[in-house]
Amino acid sequence: MSDNRRISFRNPADESFSTKLVLVALSLAFLAFFLFLPLVSVFVEAFREGWGTYEEALVEPDAWAAIQLTLTVAAIAVPLNLVFGLAASWAIAKFEFKGKAFLITLIDLPFSISPVISGLVYVLLFGSGSLLGPWLKSYGIEILFAVPGIVLATVFVTFPFVARELIPLMQDQGTGDEEAALSLGASGWQTFWYVTLPNIKWGLLYGVLLCNARAMGEFGAVSVVSGRIRGLTNTMPLHVEILYNEYNMVAAFAVASLLALLALVTLALKTFLELRFGAGAAGGRH
Amino acid sequence: MEVKINNIRKEFDRFAALNDVSLNIASGELIALLGPSGSGKTTLLRLIAGLDFPTAGQIFFGEEDASRHSVQERNVGFVFQHYALFRHMTVAQNIGFGLKVRPSASRPPKSEIKKRVSDLLDMVQLSGLENRYPNQLSGGQRQRVALARAMAIEPRILLLDEPFGALDAKVRKELRRWLREFHDRTGHTTVFVTHDQEEALELADRVVVMSQGKIEQVGSADDVYDRPQSPFVFSFIGESSHLPVEVKDGAVLFQGQPIGISEGADAAGDLFFRPEDVVLTDEKDALFGKVTACRRLAGTRIAEIDIANNGHDPFHVEVEVPLHAPVELGSEARFRPTRWKIFRK
Ligand SMILES: Nc1ncnc2c1ncn2[C@@H]1O[C@H](COP(=O)(O)OP(=O)(O)O)[C@@H](O)[C@H]1O
Ligand SMILES: [Mg+2]
Repeated sequence: MSDNRRISFRNPADESFSTKLVLVALSLAFLAFFLFLPLVSVFVEAFREGWGTYEEALVEPDAWAAIQLTLTVAAIAVPLNLVFGLAASWAIAKFEFKGKAFLITLIDLPFSISPVISGLVYVLLFGSGSLLGPWLKSYGIEILFAVPGIVLATVFVTFPFVARELIPLMQDQGTGDEEAALSLGASGWQTFWYVTLPNIKWGLLYGVLLCNARAMGEFGAVSVVSGRIRGLTNTMPLHVEILYNEYNMVAAFAVASLLALLALVTLALKTFLELRFGAGAAGGRH
Repeated sequence: MEVKINNIRKEFDRFAALNDVSLNIASGELIALLGPSGSGKTTLLRLIAGLDFPTAGQIFFGEEDASRHSVQERNVGFVFQHYALFRHMTVAQNIGFGLKVRPSASRPPKSEIKKRVSDLLDMVQLSGLENRYPNQLSGGQRQRVALARAMAIEPRILLLDEPFGALDAKVRKELRRWLREFHDRTGHTTVFVTHDQEEALELADRVVVMSQGKIEQVGSADDVYDRPQSPFVFSFIGESSHLPVEVKDGAVLFQGQPIGISEGADAAGDLFFRPEDVVLTDEKDALFGKVTACRRLAGTRIAEIDIANNGHDPFHVEVEVPLHAPVELGSEARFRPTRWKIFRK
């Protein structure tokens, strides 16, 4: 007696075809609506009156000053946070000390409080009603409503990015490689340079990319401390808002398109890193 | 290089991982640190290397107080339990690392480093693999790269932490023999850690048996197997059984009954004996009990026996019996130890 029913073996983790279709369609629709559409509309709006107007909007002195200021702030904040992130994750991953859990919580702080509050903290610290502000001012040093304040606020908001990327990576790798290098006679610096750094370089690069994207895009904290002086203390995101409020749509979206471009380049680099160095690259392993 | 370890104590958060450990290692000796997991073997090895520092006590390399020197200055070859090969470097770069990082005054020229690396590759029988990465090697090959890397700096002493721990049984056996030959050829003072007694007994000139942060006994394989000096060593090395006994007027009593063996001074203690050191007997003064299991072991049989006098709790022992002896499951067996040791309470 033969049984003609076909027995199909299915991977237990597999869903049926229709379930897959619905899930994929849902996520694509979601992505299209929330990510793709806004992104496209930024560029469409920016180029509505042609390349000439677009270019004009960017080289207009105030816009150009905002671009320069944003680049300057990022150029200061990102290296600072690179060094801080390396030092903090090194300390947390490779040494045992009291208050370690507290330090990790502190590093996360900027993630958990509103950027506006971060900005206000600096107003409290350096404002005219504070102790530090007037004292520094008497020496001719302006913090608030000047570039130093913007840099401080940006550093604060972006300091978790590198550390957060490196801590789990370094904890995972332990101290074995470093001890091996030391036992072979390498100095602390050689150990860092030849052993630790190569082990974490992709994670570090990824952390720096994210840190940079946030440093250039930060709005809340910076808007509190900047004072929004056109051509002086306006960063790109602040400038976009000002233009927008003045109903200067094309110029607003032209500057915004640069920020969007930054996001796209970050994404492309990240994807490239992942493709080039395997699935674990963004997590730093290879 | 002769190494002297004097009264070393190592605490982690008040917990003493090593407690008053002293040991002299002769130049050119191959010595094994043997003990169960957590007994402090790795800790001792790391202290010798300078990867950790003792809470109290000293370590001498020859006449020189090593405690004053950092790990870099001690010039020891350390082979880590999981090898710790640099994964982004090739085999050749791994082996040459210790030479490359030397200060320029003592760093050999590139061509010299290359030659040394290729000699070492020959020595560990890995020629032709210099451009592979660690993840392209088998466990046994990684092990030998780690050894070659440690040897490249011409260490004064070679330290290996569970060198064969992560390998399968066959590779273990091969590498074990290979390490012995390697040691005999190079003559390095070598300390290796293991929890495998067979490995320690077969490979080492002397075995250091450790337990709970203390050295229990130091001696040759024969010493620790035939003349164990503590209950721990007797039960840790080889097979053994033990019973609480009393010695009265020279006779050894178990649960108040003489068992047919005699001993010097009166005392209470634990009687230890090995399965092979017993004879079956018909005499009244003997150990006896019911056979609860019987299994074949190569040319003999091992009988598990619950021994107890009337009304007392039984004690479980294992003895070796001849193949054709009338000992079977459920029967009563009578025997007497021929070699034993009583550790007084
Ligand atoms: N870094 C450390 N911090 C705290 N306790 C440790 C540390 N290293 C080892 N110990 C403890 O010391 C004891 C001995 O450890 P170890 O030397 O690694 O044992 P073995 O190598 O014999 O297995 C263990 O109880 C272990 O938990
Ligand atoms: Mg260990």
